[in-house]
Amino acid sequence: MGVAIATPDLESAPRRPGRLRTNLLPYALIGPSVVVIGGILAFPLGMLVWLSLQHYGLRELIAHQGEWVGAGNYQAILVDPLFRQVIVRSLLFTLACVGLTLLFSTLIALLLLKVRQAVRVILMSALVFVWATPVIVTVDIWQWMFDYEFGVINYLLTQLHVGNFIHHNWFDNPVQGLSVLVLVVVWGAIPFVTITVFAGLLQVPADVMDAAHVDGAGAWQRFWFVTAPILKPIFLIVTCLSTIWDFGVFIQIYVMLNARPSSDYFTIAIYSYRESFGVTQYGLGAAIAVIMVLILVIVTFFYVRETVRVAEVAA
Amino acid sequence: MIVPGAAQGVRVGRARDEAHVNLGINIGQRTKQLLYDLTGVAVAAVMLFPIYWMVATAFKPGRDILSLTPKWIPAPFTLQNFQDAIARPYFLDDVKNSVIVVGVMLVLAIAIAFLAAVGTARFGFKGRTAFLITIIAVQMVPLNALIIPLYLMLDRVGQTDSLAGLIACYLAVVLPFMVWTLRGFVANIPAELEESAMIDGCTRVGAFLRITFPLVGPGLVATAIFGFIQAWNEYIVAYVLLSSPNNQTLTVWLASFTTNHGPEWGPLMAGATLTGLPVVAFFLVLQRYLAGGLTAGAVKG
Repeated sequence: MGVAIATPDLESAPRRPGRLRTNLLPYALIGPSVVVIGGILAFPLGMLVWLSLQHYGLRELIAHQGEWVGAGNYQAILVDPLFRQVIVRSLLFTLACVGLTLLFSTLIALLLLKVRQAVRVILMSALVFVWATPVIVTVDIWQWMFDYEFGVINYLLTQLHVGNFIHHNWFDNPVQGLSVLVLVVVWGAIPFVTITVFAGLLQVPADVMDAAHVDGAGAWQRFWFVTAPILKPIFLIVTCLSTIWDFGVFIQIYVMLNARPSSDYFTIAIYSYRESFGVTQYGLGAAIAVIMVLILVIVTFFYVRETVRVAEVAA
Repeated sequence: MIVPGAAQGVRVGRARDEAHVNLGINIGQRTKQLLYDLTGVAVAAVMLFPIYWMVATAFKPGRDILSLTPKWIPAPFTLQNFQDAIARPYFLDDVKNSVIVVGVMLVLAIAIAFLAAVGTARFGFKGRTAFLITIIAVQMVPLNALIIPLYLMLDRVGQTDSLAGLIACYLAVVLPFMVWTLRGFVANIPAELEESAMIDGCTRVGAFLRITFPLVGPGLVATAIFGFIQAWNEYIVAYVLLSSPNNQTLTVWLASFTTNHGPEWGPLMAGATLTGLPVVAFFLVLQRYLAGGLTAGAVKG
């Protein structure tokens, strides 16, 4: 290499060609990422908006040419009573899922602080196992557990005298069915949120906690006035992520109902999917998807702001 | 524990009283601790039960699965369900497809993400912040919303029922997270290490390959495993894009099991166990990196 002979000349300013190279180098390094993300995420996002302004059915799909309808798709959706139901259902579903996830996760995270080491290892392992299991697999499991004929849940509820659940079909009644789906989503979401909150709890300084204790703060007060404010950024990020995931829920409902959910089970993602791939109205489906993205953009804004702030503090 | 007067050598009787009080506190604390521990074990059991039930069902013979009184443990024990699942049409095809898609995608993703990670962690340049913010924001775009344009785009170039189209989609899905995570790993290695290697006679590339690259190894592994899990588990895009059964991936095979064959729970649970196995294995390797994960450094001020 011959580098040993060359004495580094620390005094002189970098030569011009070298400088040019370092100036262009970072752009060359991020270039491939920009191409992939731009081409396969950003461009489709733009195309989605463009599609939502077209009539794009089966005929247009074959011709590769949509028919411009302006805001027509949006007008059609906004007067559609089914769409209003879908929005309300999606929001309520998200609220239930996010609220219950945060509640249980925080409780389990606090419990993790209290239990002895061996129990902590057991509980953590259980959480990691649940977290690791692919969503499709978990949906299949819950489908089996809630099977109306041989499902273990119906058996257990009957044995525990909660009621007569023999041959009870949970999905006949959409309120019950959606409650089951909330359970499936929350169960799957608890590990990530719990472990994240627990990691945050470990960072709460013990001396601050002790000081609060000495000053006579009870357990609830210590949580509310010491722990919660310190964990605020973590709660914010976790809430945003959960909202984004739960509002766009698709797999759990779609697969649980054997790819044939009735309109009582339509959430916004399923409705958009049904309009586009079920009845080949890609323009309408795109308009619904745009509305979904717009609602999520608000949540994303807070998420990005908090993540950037956290990254800056950490740096 | 503060015991007033204990250090002053007080009367024996008083000491005995205090011992009683201490014992009381100890018993109180012990019961409390026991309660906490029992709750912890109970929560673990409830969380794990569905997974246990999958594995238990997978090993049960058919008549024990379809019984009105469930059997809590798989005795007698059988491997028939696994044989049935593997012998199902397209199972092996779809395993192969999943492996190809995830493998090719990961090689590409790691290379591309690593370059961008170095670019953003080691250099300050115009547009860096904008790039990073885009990276974070773009992860939040729900994939379900992009399916329609992705499908139409790939349809136009005739790649809807091909693994190549799916690989391209997955690449874009995992890339932002990978860049962001790897950037953190690279940034944690002090640039001074590279600089001192260069003073000691390394070239810039040499310093990078000898110093930074080995140190960032664990980060690459962690990120790769994360990408593996995401792509291996993905369902919607694969379901929409891949129409012929011999072209599908494992998750699509698994999701169509009940609809295509009626509820044959035994083989389904066996197939689900097989699908989940590699993910759980990789996950256990990964978990120590994930604990901080998306919020790394959130509280450290």
